[in-house]
Amino acid sequence: MIEINNLHKSYKMGSNSLHVLKGLNFSIKEGELVAIMGSSGSGKSTLLNILGMLDEADSGEYTLDGVPIKNLNETKAAKYRNKFLGFIFQSFNLINYKSAMENVALPLYYQKVPRKQREEKAIKYLSQVGLKEWAHHLPNELSGGQKQRVAIARAMAAEPKVLLADEPTGALDSKTSYEVMDLIQNINDQGNTILVVTHEEDIAHMCKRIVHLKDGVIVEDKTVDQVRASQYV
Amino acid sequence: MRFILDRNTWQEIFGSISKNKVRTVITVVGVLWGIFIYIALSGAAKGMDNGFESMFEVIAKNSMFVWAQNTSMPYEGYKTGRQMQLKLSDADIIENRIPEVEFIAPRNVRGFFGSTPPSIGRNNKTGSYPLFGDFPSFVKIAPKKIYDGGRFINDEDIAQARKVAVIGERAEKELFEEDEETIGGYIKIDDVYFQVVGVHKFDQSGGFGGDGDIFIPFTTFRKLYNTGENVGWFSIAAFDDADVVKVEENIMNLLKNTHKVHPDDDRAFGSFNLGEQFNKIVGFANGITFLSLIVGIATILAGVIGIGNILLISVKERTKELGVRRALGATPAEVRNQIVLESVFLTVIAGIMGIILGAAVLAMINSFTQDIDFPYTNPTVPIPYVLGALVIMVVLGTLIGLIPAQRAVSIKPIDALREE
Repeated sequence: MIEINNLHKSYKMGSNSLHVLKGLNFSIKEGELVAIMGSSGSGKSTLLNILGMLDEADSGEYTLDGVPIKNLNETKAAKYRNKFLGFIFQSFNLINYKSAMENVALPLYYQKVPRKQREEKAIKYLSQVGLKEWAHHLPNELSGGQKQRVAIARAMAAEPKVLLADEPTGALDSKTSYEVMDLIQNINDQGNTILVVTHEEDIAHMCKRIVHLKDGVIVEDKTVDQVRASQYV
Repeated sequence: MRFILDRNTWQEIFGSISKNKVRTVITVVGVLWGIFIYIALSGAAKGMDNGFESMFEVIAKNSMFVWAQNTSMPYEGYKTGRQMQLKLSDADIIENRIPEVEFIAPRNVRGFFGSTPPSIGRNNKTGSYPLFGDFPSFVKIAPKKIYDGGRFINDEDIAQARKVAVIGERAEKELFEEDEETIGGYIKIDDVYFQVVGVHKFDQSGGFGGDGDIFIPFTTFRKLYNTGENVGWFSIAAFDDADVVKVEENIMNLLKNTHKVHPDDDRAFGSFNLGEQFNKIVGFANGITFLSLIVGIATILAGVIGIGNILLISVKERTKELGVRRALGATPAEVRNQIVLESVFLTVIAGIMGIILGAAVLAMINSFTQDIDFPYTNPTVPIPYVLGALVIMVVLGTLIGLIPAQRAVSIKPIDALREE
C-alpha cells in the first residue's frame, strides 16, 4: 500500500540546514496497523506529513497504492488527499461551527457527493463510532474522546486507502485513549490500513507493527503481539 | 459557473456566514451604510433637481424680460441720461428680426414697480391689486390656470378693447360673496366697469406675480390710462433649442439700434434672463447630483474595504479551519472561491438591504416635504444608477475578497494545522 524508498528531508533554519529524515526505507501492506514511534525531534511527524502529502520530500520515492507521489501541485495534492487519505489529529481539528454530522460530511462535500447521500453516510459513520445521537451537536458540546471519535468518523467517511493518525491519543486521558484505540483497532479489523504516530509505549503496542525512528533513521522495525485495547475499557 | 450555481456551494457559504453572526452583521452594516448613503444622497439630489424643474415649469424655461432705463452715454446728438421708452412697434421689430423669439408679450402695469395702484372695487368692497395690461400671448410664456370655466384675454378683446378682466384667487375671494357667480360678474377699476371673464389660479412655485393680479386687455389698459404706444416691458420666450444668452444679446443690440443708443451703453435697457438663471440652477443641481454620486461611491468603497478588512481578519481566525478543509481535500481554488463568494454574497445582500432602506428613507422625506414650500419632488434614483451600484459592489466585493482568499490559499495546510 505504501512504499518508501530512500526518503530525505531537511529544513533550512536560517543558514543552518536541519537534516530530519536521512534516507528512510519501508513499506506498509494493506490492512496493517503500524505505530511510528520516536522521541520528539526524531522526524516522525515530518514523515507523517510527507505521507499525508502535506509536505514534500527533498528526494526519494513515495508510492501510494501504486501511484507515485511526486511533483504535486496544491490542487493535485488536495485531490489525492481527499481520495487516498484520512487524517486524525492530536487536537481533533473539528470545525467548531459545524455539527458533528456536518464535520463528518465535509470530506464528502469535497468529493462532490450530493447532500442527502453525504448526510446518510455521515450518520452511518457516526453510528459506527457510537455517536449517532450526538450528530447534531457542535464540537464544543462534546467531550475530548467524543471529539476524537467524530474526527475518526470524518477520516473514515471518505473511505480512504490509508488512515493517518498523528498522536490521536495525545490530548486524551488514558481511559479515553484506550477507547479511541479500541475504535482504531476495530476499524483495522475491517481491513483498513492505519498509521499511528505516537510516543506512548502502550499505545504503540496496541498496533501490529512498530517502526522506531531515531534522529531521522529507522532503528527498529518489528512486528508485535497486538494488545487489544478492549480489555482496558 | 457551475460552482456558483451548485447548491452545495451555497449551503457551505450560508453555513459559514450564518454561524459567524457577529462578523456577518458587522460586515453587512458597513456596506449597507455605504449603499444607503449613496441611494439617499443621489435620490435627494434627484428630488431637488425635480423640485427646481417643477418650480420653473410654470414659466417658460428660456424666457426673459426687457425694460427701458436711462442712457448713460451721449450718442448721435442725444445727451446722456435720456429716458428710454419701449414702444409697441419694438415688439414687431424684435419678432421680425430675431427668428429665435417664439413669443413676445408687451405688458403694462399699475400698482407694481412703485406705480400708484388703481382703485378696484365691487359694490362696497374695495381692494388693492396690481393691474396688468396684457396680450393673449402672455399666457404662452407664463401659463396661468384659469378655472371655473373662465378664459384668459383673447384676440377679440384686444381688437375691440373690451372691458373684460381676469382676476386672481385672492381678488375673487375679497370682492365676491361665496355664493355669487364670479364669471360674468362686474368689478370697478378706476370707476370703469369690467366684466370678469376668468379667475386664475395662483401657483406659488411660479415665483412671479401674486394671487391678486388682475389682467385686462392691453388695448383697454392703453385707453384707460392713456399710455399710447408705450410698453412697460416685454416678456419674451425663445424657442426651446435657442441659446438664451445669445438671444438676449441680439434683442438688446436691436433695441439700441432702433432707439439710437450707443452700442456700448448697457444702461439704456435692462433685462432679466430667466433662462440663464434657470441654466445656472440646473448647473447647480447637476453639481449636487455629481457630488452625491462621488460621495456615495466613495462610501460604498469604504464599506467594501471594510468587508475586505473583516474577511482578512476572519481568514486569520479561520486559518486552522481552512487548513483542515484542505487536509480533507479542498483544492486551493475551492477555498479561494468560497471566500470570494462569501465576500460577494455579503456585499450583495448588504447592498440590497441598503437600497431598500435608502428608498424607504427617500419616500419618508418625500411625504414630509409634500406640503411645504421646498424644492423637492419625487426623489428617485434612476435604475441604471442602482444597477451600476450593484455592479460596482459585485466587482469590488470580488476584488476585495481576492485579498483574503489569496492569503488563505498561500498558507500551507501543514502550517495552518500547526497553528494553535
